[in-house]
Amino acid sequence: MGIFTEQEAKTILDKVIKLSKADECSASLSGSITGNIRYALNSVSTSGIVDDTQLAVQVAFGKRVGAATINEFDDASLEKVVRRAEELARLAPENPEFMPAIEKQEYKPSETFSAKTAAITPDYRAEVAAACIEPCKKDKLVAAGFLSDNQSFTAIANSKGNWGYQKSAGVDFTCTVRTDDGRGSGWVARNLRDVEAFDAKKEIAIAMDKAKRSAEAKALEPGKYTVILEPAASAGLISFMMFGFDARQSDEGRSFLSKKGGGNKLGEKLFDERVTIYSDPWDKDAAVVPWDLQNDGLPRERLDIINKGKVEYLQYSRYWAEQKKKKANGLPGNLIMLGGDKSTAELVKSTKKGILVTRTWYIRLVDPQTVLLTGLTRDGTFYIEDGEIKHPIKNFRFNESPVIMLNNIEELGKPVRVGDDESPFVMMIPPMKIRDFTFTSLSDAV
Amino acid sequence: MDRRDFLQFAGAGLGALLLPVYGRAIAAEELLTTVDVATKKRLADAALEAAKADGATYCDVRIGRYLRQFVVTREDRVENVVNTESSGVGIRVIANGTWGFAATSDTTTAGVAKAARQAVTIAKANSRLQAKPVELAPVKGVGEVSWKTPIEKNSMAVPIKDKVDLLLAVNAAAMKAGASFINSTLFLVNEQKYFASTDGSYIDQDVHRIWAPMTVTAVDKESGKFRIRQGLSDPRGMGFEYLTPKAADKVTLPGGAVVYGNSYDMVEDAVAAARQAKEKLKARSVKPGKYDLMLDPSHLWLTIHESVGHPLELDRVLGYEANYAGTSFATLDKWKEKFQYGSEKVTLFADKIQPTSLGAVGYDDEGVKTQRWDLVSKGKLVNYQVIRDQAHILGLKESQGCCYADSWSSVQFQRMANVSLAPGEDKLSPADMIKDIENGIYIIGDGSFSIDQQRYNAQFGGQLFYEIKNGKVTEMIEDVAYQIRTPEFWNACTAVCDKSDYRMGGSFFDGKGQPGQVSAVSHGSSTARFNGINVINTARSLG
Repeated sequence: MGIFTEQEAKTILDKVIKLSKADECSASLSGSITGNIRYALNSVSTSGIVDDTQLAVQVAFGKRVGAATINEFDDASLEKVVRRAEELARLAPENPEFMPAIEKQEYKPSETFSAKTAAITPDYRAEVAAACIEPCKKDKLVAAGFLSDNQSFTAIANSKGNWGYQKSAGVDFTCTVRTDDGRGSGWVARNLRDVEAFDAKKEIAIAMDKAKRSAEAKALEPGKYTVILEPAASAGLISFMMFGFDARQSDEGRSFLSKKGGGNKLGEKLFDERVTIYSDPWDKDAAVVPWDLQNDGLPRERLDIINKGKVEYLQYSRYWAEQKKKKANGLPGNLIMLGGDKSTAELVKSTKKGILVTRTWYIRLVDPQTVLLTGLTRDGTFYIEDGEIKHPIKNFRFNESPVIMLNNIEELGKPVRVGDDESPFVMMIPPMKIRDFTFTSLSDAV
Repeated sequence: MDRRDFLQFAGAGLGALLLPVYGRAIAAEELLTTVDVATKKRLADAALEAAKADGATYCDVRIGRYLRQFVVTREDRVENVVNTESSGVGIRVIANGTWGFAATSDTTTAGVAKAARQAVTIAKANSRLQAKPVELAPVKGVGEVSWKTPIEKNSMAVPIKDKVDLLLAVNAAAMKAGASFINSTLFLVNEQKYFASTDGSYIDQDVHRIWAPMTVTAVDKESGKFRIRQGLSDPRGMGFEYLTPKAADKVTLPGGAVVYGNSYDMVEDAVAAARQAKEKLKARSVKPGKYDLMLDPSHLWLTIHESVGHPLELDRVLGYEANYAGTSFATLDKWKEKFQYGSEKVTLFADKIQPTSLGAVGYDDEGVKTQRWDLVSKGKLVNYQVIRDQAHILGLKESQGCCYADSWSSVQFQRMANVSLAPGEDKLSPADMIKDIENGIYIIGDGSFSIDQQRYNAQFGGQLFYEIKNGKVTEMIEDVAYQIRTPEFWNACTAVCDKSDYRMGGSFFDGKGQPGQVSAVSHGSSTARFNGINVINTARSLG
């Protein structure tokens, strides 16, 4: 099906809205073309292209809601999907939390598309794979990586006249490089909107360097250490914490943002005052579509989530906002954390004793009460002394809460873009120097 | 294991409906229809012929129809009822000694023939980058055969109203027993899969699965504390009969907790969950240190999954998953030297045949008849899990049948079989086992889980933790997690209960591959004892 133009999408959605006999009708049409190449053991293993377009229709009779989807767009198919949604709505029990379709919105477009990314060819993907495999082969290293690129469009409409259309594109690259004896492992990742800024040769050199330098790892005793977390190492921890920002869960007493005695901690200072995290769909480095499909197309706005350590924002669904007389917002699609100007290397230079963590892995929630998370370091963990990387160290398991971690900040570096593999959000996140980060055991894994 | 897909879906909304993995939403009655076998054979033959004509030396065709139904509730309300369908054809070929794959939702003979030719083109193009040609273990064609999950009651045929009534009764029972909140869900799957290959097989399979998870929360507003107790059901390869409780399937454990075997009393478990969630609020925090652990099968399945199932997948061992899920500590040299993976009490077997398990099918997704084999025999590493193009690496003459794709549009690859701990040979019940434990912890239900990329260092939580002192359960404790190094952990296994205690747990969402695919897998065991395991306290204060 490919990528529909705004006019093509509008023609389809106008027909859908017109066909509905329900009290109200909302519809969305989304499509993407995703290409990928995967390689391992210095050889391409799989590559493919997936082209997928779907129409979702949701109708309501009173508080009874039905939804159906289809991937054919001729008139008969459009009629079929609308009638099917109506039939399911008539059979459905009343939803006491039903919210009517949103009013007509004015969505301000954001820069989510890149023509260069959309023009990526299978040859380009093969070149990226070759750019990683060839230097590794020459250096007795083994590359395993994945490049995924996509172009997409999304359109929404409802019977109250709402309309939105936007195109997006993105590239996500990860590569693990291991020494051929299996004793060293390095990794690199890049997440971009515009592929023009991507240079596989430059990126692979980072992973190769880390693989070679991590080969003679020494064991350190588990305990509390000053750490420098590269952006990919802290992104997963901070993303996990954001799930606790739901207003209803907080009010119900089942979030770390619930307050003793009832209510929530909105407005309280819970973090170091250097912690400022906001969301902005129009951010130039991490733009996202300016509406939230999960919340009926509610517009996304620039939102201060944590400002100088203070909780400034909780996520209200439309139903909960109505109950609590608050404003409902579209769920943020990106997270931007402010930092400083220093690179990771410069943070290392200013560290007397510490540990540099390339990335964290298999992060899971241990206790939702405190957002205690466990996981492991991976693919490049190094001991720092007097501003220099002294030697590689064996990987650690950590048990740490991002809430505690963000109270133990020594210094923040310059934010970089992270996404896909590391976080469900597009993030701008700085490298961080954190004191008293809790490692609880050693891992023999390389 | 990756539950993110499910959690996103349970969030509902127009956006959730667009998740391609779940296909298009359909009306309930369409869940009962199947596609005529003769039509599928005609389509398959068109693809096989087209592939051969373009130079493929091997071709397999998977015509798939994947049906799912979700019923999502909380307290006294239904949040969502969704039926989805995804259907199409996936075609895999070998040309110039290289794999090629293409998939299409165009289920006409012309459409599948075109996809078959695309697959050959891709194979030929990729053959330039291929270091060694694919070596495929032979499979004898089986002609036209069929297999069906032996269900008693097709879940798709049960009216939605009955499902909603069940969940709302579950929720009401939990709330009456003192729960602050409950979320309960039914998740039903039917995979209608037709496989055909140039080996001469035409295999029609009808696979059913069911899962009924719930999360019960108790909140103490005054202290600001909350605790969660998840349901103790397991996803199973069964029909709706799993939710008709039978007295014989109910097991009361030492200390009084109740767990379930081949049927599940969801209402009864909801009541217990509410009471135990409240009890957890007041339970004593564990003193960290070394304990003897007594692990119930409702818990142990996940430890088996992470520390045995994954490291013994041959593609990980070889390095094909290095950039995502990782490699394995259980390298081929360890296999050659019969590495001491566990104690003599430990025999771990793989299978795709255990009745009611999630992995049970007649044939895998490359037409290999399913079987059972040992991975670890009396403590020694003896085998891995392989598919047709890996069998030669171990010197095997045939594949073990571990190939699976989560959709018609995904390429099939090596996935975990059911991996289970064999019951102990001597008569031993949990009540007998506990008598010898002086200082231990009894863990029931699975909780948080994390393991490193070579499957050495793992940490597991649980749902219910009971202190064992001098052969008896004394009290519930909280904030427990144990940390292991895989070989030390399995070598610390000193006893496994007998087959009368054998039960299964499992996961609907075992994640692997790039792009990611999920698969469903079960793990059986009897209660087992592990001596001197490191237990940490997970309580923290946010000030």
